Amino acid sequence: MHLAAALHKDVLLQWRGRAQVVAIFVFGATSLLLFSFAIGPDSAALRQHAAGFIWLALLLSSTLTLADSFHSEMEERALEGLLLLPVSPGALYYGKALANWAQLSFLGICLVPVMVVLYDAFTTRFLGLVGIILLGSAGLSAPGTLYAAMTSQARAKQTLLPLLLFPIVVPVLLASVKATSLLILGDPMGQIRSWALLLVSFDLICWSLSGLLFGRVVED
Amino acid sequence: MPSHTLASPLADDAALPVAVEASGLCRRYGRRWALIDVSFRVPRGTLLMVAGRNGSGKTTLLRVLATAIRADRGTARIEGKDLRAEPQEVRDRIGLLSHQTYLYDSLTALENLQVAARFLGRDAGRVALLPLLEEVGLADRADDPPATFSAGMRRRLSLARVLLKKDASVVLLDEPYGQLDPPGFRLVDRLLGRLRERGATVLMATHLLDRAAELCDHGIVLEQGRLAWSGSAADLAARSGLNAAALPEGGV
Amino acid sequence: MADAKAPPVERGAPAIAYALAGLGALLLLWGSYWGLMLAPKEAYMGDVQRIMYIHVPTAWNAMLALTFAFGCALAFLLRGDWKWDARLEAAMEVGVTLSLLLCMQGSIWAKPTWGVWWDWDPRLTTTAVMVFAFSGILALRRFVDDPVKRAVWSSVAAIVAYVDVPIVYFSVKWWNSLHQMQSTPQTVSSAFHWPLRINAFGILFLMFGLISLRARLATLRLQSELGPPSPKPVAQYVPAGATGDTR
Repeated sequence: MHLAAALHKDVLLQWRGRAQVVAIFVFGATSLLLFSFAIGPDSAALRQHAAGFIWLALLLSSTLTLADSFHSEMEERALEGLLLLPVSPGALYYGKALANWAQLSFLGICLVPVMVVLYDAFTTRFLGLVGIILLGSAGLSAPGTLYAAMTSQARAKQTLLPLLLFPIVVPVLLASVKATSLLILGDPMGQIRSWALLLVSFDLICWSLSGLLFGRVVED
Repeated sequence: MPSHTLASPLADDAALPVAVEASGLCRRYGRRWALIDVSFRVPRGTLLMVAGRNGSGKTTLLRVLATAIRADRGTARIEGKDLRAEPQEVRDRIGLLSHQTYLYDSLTALENLQVAARFLGRDAGRVALLPLLEEVGLADRADDPPATFSAGMRRRLSLARVLLKKDASVVLLDEPYGQLDPPGFRLVDRLLGRLRERGATVLMATHLLDRAAELCDHGIVLEQGRLAWSGSAADLAARSGLNAAALPEGGV
Repeated sequence: MADAKAPPVERGAPAIAYALAGLGALLLLWGSYWGLMLAPKEAYMGDVQRIMYIHVPTAWNAMLALTFAFGCALAFLLRGDWKWDARLEAAMEVGVTLSLLLCMQGSIWAKPTWGVWWDWDPRLTTTAVMVFAFSGILALRRFVDDPVKRAVWSSVAAIVAYVDVPIVYFSVKWWNSLHQMQSTPQTVSSAFHWPLRINAFGILFLMFGLISLRARLATLRLQSELGPPSPKPVAQYVPAGATGDTR
């Protein structure tokens, strides 16, 4: 019951802040554009590296989404107010993490057309791509929500969040990039499944571990 | 740790059931001890005033009792539930009006109450919550976000949020009159009266000794984190030294 | 949690820590001299292979240091004793330093062998990720002022980072296997085991000596941040008008 209420709250907060999401999307799309300059107008090379760049763009955008998700909680210490109601920290964590997952997946899917246009990286296996985006975003959201809760209360918050998050999500990046690349360029040996499995295991481990640890992070 | 050694009329009510019992509470921030060996008992259904100058530890005491922060030493019980051992049970029973408003600036006033209502398992419909907003005088601003409110209005909204929790048997108010206008003062008086009728125990930190003395049953005074005095509210107001020091500048 | 006593601190650092570090340094010098100078040349790789005498022990000990850090993090979260936080800080610093050295040694090996400064060997890449992850946690400690929050958060982050290490390793391994990269050989011919073992113990003793000394520094810092564990009794209460510090 608390989880449903938490989810309601976080979705409502995100809906109120939807102008931000547009800005974050523009940031992501701009990053994709800038990354293409690093390669140059070589269409074959662009197509080959498109997967890497879309995930990098999503990773960078995720720091904005995640940091923002705790901004409203810390302004007037609303999170503490909820904890005192009482609400279990686990419910608050999963509500927030699920809402962040939704937003990151949405951003990822919106960036796909940008990638298709700039990198000539089309895939017919659209459902597979959505699936990988969902799995990868989940892997970003779980540890990201945990670290965002921490860093929103510390100094130098903008620097600390990527510093802490990026090394942890290396497996997500590797697996998502590989899987996406196979979807775009072709997968003769059927390897996508193993990468997807890696993502699923990472997600399961992270979602449970972070949920357990969240309570300690927000208590005083 | 022994209870405070100062004489206290609270001891007379030893026969009454005790709602709040603190024993040797200590809390530090870095090197500075904000609460030192604070012990007292509050009988059920009474109103305790917590007085003291700025920085004397009133807010810290209320926050410790509300389990928002942990005591470094000492114990306390709220309705028999230990703060350290059963924090969730304690939180079930308390309501806290804090300096922080606990509001979401991007949601409307009504939505803020709805969020809290949902977590409390209460009816979160507009019809159910508008009366509460009416009571605190914010019904006409129900669909505006607190970001557009004045400080006093935000305080009223936090007050409404505290009132949402109907079954809170111990209510902790940190300077409830702060930032409010005279109608706001009357609102707080009304609400205190209602809490009384309900049989709730109230701990109120405040500077406004005259007003509080009329409403409270007992008072304690904190000085630099220690319990410096305790007694009936009338005695407290009569303590001339404290009167002049505790009133805000320019009077009420 | 916070009312656990701060660990008692003796006048000077315990002699055993210095002794351990000293012994470790000596063993390391001896083992390195033996391995780098005296041991016979390896058949296929030549002199470059000699770096294994330092690389392999460093790898074992770096992993050991970070595992110890993980243990300290768990101990702190479960027990709340400040000494675990001090040891966590020390173990992470030593672990990061060793891992950084590991990456440097890997580069030194890679350049003459493959002609590049970095090969994407799973072990080396995982080590690099570990360096970044734990340096991040050390940076987090610098930016948090409240000692309790600092301790809890770095323990949580250390646990997440450590649990992540095997996942990183496997994902890099699979990622690499598609490109059929040669991995850094970890085996050394059996005739040459002695310098390896000596160095391993050398670094081990050096490491624990350093962790012990560094933990003591962390403890001293905690002491100065927190002051004594309890306030003075009522009899020594300073009346109103004096400064607020009633220590």
